[in-house]
Amino acid sequence: MAEIRKEHKEGVHIISVFGEIDAGSSIYLDNAFKEALENNEKKIATNMSGLEYISSAGLGVFISHLEEFENNNVKLVLFGINEQVKQVFDILGLEKLLKIVSDEKDALAAFDE
Amino acid sequence: MNKKLTIGCSKHELVRLRQFTSDALDEKNVPDLQAHKLVLAVDEVCANLIIHANNCDPVNNIEFHIEFMPKQIVFTFKDKGVGFDINEYKSPSMNELVSTRRQGGLGLILVKRIMDKIEFSTEKNHNICRLIKTYPL
Repeated sequence: MAEIRKEHKEGVHIISVFGEIDAGSSIYLDNAFKEALENNEKKIATNMSGLEYISSAGLGVFISHLEEFENNNVKLVLFGINEQVKQVFDILGLEKLLKIVSDEKDALAAFDE
Repeated sequence: MNKKLTIGCSKHELVRLRQFTSDALDEKNVPDLQAHKLVLAVDEVCANLIIHANNCDPVNNIEFHIEFMPKQIVFTFKDKGVGFDINEYKSPSMNELVSTRRQGGLGLILVKRIMDKIEFSTEKNHNICRLIKTYPL
């Protein structure tokens, strides 16, 4: 259903999400963020290009970690969101809370801003 | 056209519910972007029923119907869990969610923004929740 892959590129911890994140699978995304925090990652990019579906359980994972990221000076950037998933972010106005860019190149550049 | 699905109260059943809903909407040529939102709202309400009303007990069932009417699509959930009227739920603000680090609360905001009408009733020992989307979607 959902698959999470992790890699490092140019000093950025990239979490790639594939498949569908719902109430049953959001735990995998949550664990990936928790692990990144434990490993003291300060630059986290989430690659959503393989994500076909996300429900509030998955969106809640992003929201619930925001304050902790800010307190720990962690910068989070999301990229590769498809049109269907984007409309869900739009319904909730999440673009005001999350840094969202189009692709990996822009995401890596966003950490230098 | 009327479609019916019965699922057990397990989070794993949400995949089947989404596929069923998506297939039914596709059959009626509902555009992808609209269908995605409707599937999401259905998924959110059902996840709520599974987790909160039925405590993830797979022995409990939820009956789900989709009715395509001339002017609207009606999605109906019937279950015997703890009744909960979405209309009476006061949605938290986004700031509250961030500061309390809560993972819940967003789902019902989505349902209210996607659907045109939400009805809740109790008949005999069943709770009935109806989500109504009026054309044009």
